[in-house]
Amino acid sequence: MIHPIPSGTRDVLPDETREVRAITDALRGVFEHHGYGEVYTPALEYESVLARADMAEAKPAYRVFDESGATLVLRSDMTVPIARVVATRYPDAQPPLRFCYLAHCYRGVRPQRGQPRELLQAGIELIGAPAPQGTAEALRVLCAALDAVGLESYRIGLGDASLYPSLMESLGVPPELRPQLLEALAGRDFVSLERKLEQVTSSDRELLLTVPQSRGGPNVLDVSGDAVSQATANMRQVYELLEEDVARRVIFDLGLVRSIGYYTGAVFEVYDPALGAPIGGGGRYDELLGRFGRSLPAVGFALGVDRLHIALMGEERGTGASLS
Amino acid sequence: MSVTNGLTIAVPRGSLFKETVELLGGLGLDTSELSSNDRKLVFEDIGVITMRPSDVPTYVEAGAADIGITGKDVLLEQVESVRGHAGREVYELLDLGYGRCTMVLASKAGPDPAAEALRRLGVMRVATKYPKIAARHLEGTGRQAEIVEVKGSVELAPLTGMVEAIVDLTATGTTLREHDLVVREEIVECTARLIANPVSHKLKASAIDELLERLRAH
Repeated sequence: MIHPIPSGTRDVLPDETREVRAITDALRGVFEHHGYGEVYTPALEYESVLARADMAEAKPAYRVFDESGATLVLRSDMTVPIARVVATRYPDAQPPLRFCYLAHCYRGVRPQRGQPRELLQAGIELIGAPAPQGTAEALRVLCAALDAVGLESYRIGLGDASLYPSLMESLGVPPELRPQLLEALAGRDFVSLERKLEQVTSSDRELLLTVPQSRGGPNVLDVSGDAVSQATANMRQVYELLEEDVARRVIFDLGLVRSIGYYTGAVFEVYDPALGAPIGGGGRYDELLGRFGRSLPAVGFALGVDRLHIALMGEERGTGASLS
Repeated sequence: MSVTNGLTIAVPRGSLFKETVELLGGLGLDTSELSSNDRKLVFEDIGVITMRPSDVPTYVEAGAADIGITGKDVLLEQVESVRGHAGREVYELLDLGYGRCTMVLASKAGPDPAAEALRRLGVMRVATKYPKIAARHLEGTGRQAEIVEVKGSVELAPLTGMVEAIVDLTATGTTLREHDLVVREEIVECTARLIANPVSHKLKASAIDELLERLRAH
């Protein structure tokens, strides 16, 4: 008898589980070593509670009603539940607080390899540590975690969520145009971005088009001018705090946009040549905790364990080019 | 290293093929075998793989190719119909300008049978190879429609009375005229686009930017 399971979910059998377990054990070891205590939270939460966060594209996709008629959702990430935990369970604790998790999250994505609807995420949240030190710590733990699982050729794209909004602000882009430009950028559509910029003066247009396509080494931070100086200064401050073995992994990306809406400052993504999609990412969310009643700056990241597994196997088979 | 800087390029067979090969040849790529051997799929020497246009975003998204060329119609049709869902996770870097055609809503000449169906039956039946573009357009203009997906000659569907209208791509309008169909609405203009894998866009930034610069100058 063949009994189906929902689209985007799958069974994990012993051979795979052994390999996944080796990865999660290594990740957990690094997180704990850096002082991040593991937490479990319910997979089901009240929709009204999670809705305090701006999840944008990653908002919860699965809903059920409980016996009292309240709407429950399957969590779509762990950052928002941990923000709830901090406000609720640690109302007076002295920051910084450090948490890690290995947990399944649920998203209504188009299922494909490395992008299930039930995805196992591994990550940390560092609560109450402002930029740039907090951001540098998160990047340090991220690289230590990837090193511990044996991934070799990965790079970290580092950007700033406030960069493009402040660029538009300082150039006086008409307010009604701003969400359209952000939408084109989030959709990775530079053709449409260029079209929408036709109504902006030509010198501004050049800047609004070239800045989000600037990515590469530290020299990327030099070329961009006054309008983005705050964001690039933030990125430089983080970079200067990084040790050599973390810093060499960094690619500056002035156009980096994450699909989740709660990011406020530094954002980052993990790339590996053995996989066509980011393995994970994260960033600063300095305003999220305030929405839950305990205003603290925070930063965190999440790795897709499946994607990490695929990239590891890809590197093993020589799909990836080695970092020179 | 060839002029493509070690990038793998997904090249579409079909209507965009000839101009794509000319474009790549113009950049100094040796395209002699590419244009002469239409059964071969992988051209390792020049970093080219060939496929049907609608497969290009699939290969580029998966990272099997770093960049690719395909029609805007293909990209629009692969945007998920679920509200709030993005399309393929690829960068759209450049409008290459060729392969220009228009996605249109067309019906039989004379009094518009689609308008009549909508008024009297509340729903129009529309045949198309682009069900998502058609559904979005009709929903976006507040009309109820039943989308009938066909794989072959779309013009046949209104001629047999199976549907009242079609949504299809037209370059010159000749095929429509031959079948006594007239354009009722222009939905979107489509051209060839250069797309890139999101990870390649970061890890092979200089190779991609260099190629982009040369394509812009071309």
